[in-house]
Amino acid sequence: MKNRKRKTARVIPGFGLSLGITITMLGLIVIIPLCSLVIFSSQLSFQSFISTVTRPRVLCSYAVSFQTAFVAALIDAVMGIILAWVLVRYRFPGKEIMNGIIELPFALPTAVAGIALTHLTTTNGWVGSIFHRFGIRIAYTRVGITVALVFIGIPFVVRAVLEKIDIQYEEAAHVLGANSRQTIFKVIFPEILPALISGFTMSFARGLGEYGSVVFIAGNTPYETEIAPLMIMSELQEYDYASATSIALVMLLTAFMILFVNAVLQSRTSKIVSGIA
Amino acid sequence: MNIRKDSGSLKWILIGICAVFLTVMLILPLVYVLITAFEKGIHVFGTAVSDEYAVKAIFLTLKVTVITLIFNTIFGIFAAWCITRFQFRGKKVISTLIDLPLTVSPIIAGLIYVLTFGRQSALYPFLKSVGINIIFAVPGIVLATIFVTFPFVSREIIPVLTAQGTDEEEAAALMGAGGFTIFREITFPHIKWALLYGIVLCSARAMGEFGAVSVLSGHLRGKTNTMPLYIELLYQGYDFTGAFAVSAILVLMAVVILILRSKLEKKGKKEVD
Repeated sequence: MKNRKRKTARVIPGFGLSLGITITMLGLIVIIPLCSLVIFSSQLSFQSFISTVTRPRVLCSYAVSFQTAFVAALIDAVMGIILAWVLVRYRFPGKEIMNGIIELPFALPTAVAGIALTHLTTTNGWVGSIFHRFGIRIAYTRVGITVALVFIGIPFVVRAVLEKIDIQYEEAAHVLGANSRQTIFKVIFPEILPALISGFTMSFARGLGEYGSVVFIAGNTPYETEIAPLMIMSELQEYDYASATSIALVMLLTAFMILFVNAVLQSRTSKIVSGIA
Repeated sequence: MNIRKDSGSLKWILIGICAVFLTVMLILPLVYVLITAFEKGIHVFGTAVSDEYAVKAIFLTLKVTVITLIFNTIFGIFAAWCITRFQFRGKKVISTLIDLPLTVSPIIAGLIYVLTFGRQSALYPFLKSVGINIIFAVPGIVLATIFVTFPFVSREIIPVLTAQGTDEEEAAALMGAGGFTIFREITFPHIKWALLYGIVLCSARAMGEFGAVSVLSGHLRGKTNTMPLYIELLYQGYDFTGAFAVSAILVLMAVVILILRSKLEKKGKKEVD
């Protein structure tokens, strides 16, 4: 097997050229900047790193980012399942449009989404005025940040789950005599679970780092609605690169941890589905 | 044949939930931008978008997008070819690094370029002696945009090439075809819709990138302001009509992209069938 693979490498031409171009471009765009991040962080003293990232204002910004991104990813997961379910199972007028519009958050610039959502949800906006009557304020609160992150994250879940809902399994379960509850919890749910987890993870990770749509709707009150990327941005504007890098390192580590947990869960859940474990 | 037992009411409740969610979350913002942009008449819209600085922002955005597209398309094709056609050590590392920009916050993407080329960098004295400005100038904006859209093209092509396998290319190579001929005659027809789709996605993100560009741009009106940054500037100056007018151009672009996307998806599916 290994031998055959080696041969393949020789048969098709262009290995050296394509690898060379790939590594050169990758080096210029990703590897060199990442190395400079590593070099710069290694020059930071541990003491100042700790004192920067434990400043109350910074800690609050982490909490705001984490909380809003988590809630938004949960909402996206629930709505994502319903949307994917409806799109796969049902025929109805307007389905084509629904299918197309879901990817709007990928196509619409985040700053545009941000200002539009802000204007809609202020206390005298179209949507905000309705909620204001019940005493709920959306724009310039954490609720507003969550709304913006739900907008950004929804296509990640739908895209991930959409391909996994397959009517065949359901029909097989039904033919074999399963009732509808059994079908949902023993057939459909385990099948879409890995995709759902990775969709949730993607939208959570994206939400943690999102900046464009959030800065407009957040109001950016210190300790209340300041997100972590905004803290990095304000340190950068004061040319305090050491603080900016410290705050960024914590966020990067968090993002990598989330991805790692996802990878572990993926291998576990897919084992359950394929029955190896 | 219909053994799905969902009652009609459940079906319509679920469809209703989706319709309300999508209308409020996605369609309403679109409509709101267009209405606000045109509410004071087409004339006001016209003046806002033909403003000297608006036109400069539009041209800068187009320039950045075109450079990004050329770079990422070339990279995407070569990277996909390299990853799917050959077995070699370190392949996993390369594909992880390619996807890395997707998980990095745009602000952090901006930050790492500031650290690479900024005043405290080891490269800075050299760059200054040669007279190249990267940070707070157009090259920085281009680099940041390339970074955030880096995997967009290759990610669309790689699954198609993996699914297709290497048999056809191997056969062609054994019969004596050169690399470029193999690519043009065999590989390209398979990937052309995926490639186009990747390019469409890449251009959407490139035109709209805000966070990373915002870090690296000097926010100089008419010099380093792209469309999203110009919108922010107008918005913060309480010129809402102007901000929404420029936004309307980006909204229309988003709608075109969505239509193109569904066309390309259909073509791709037909080809597979």
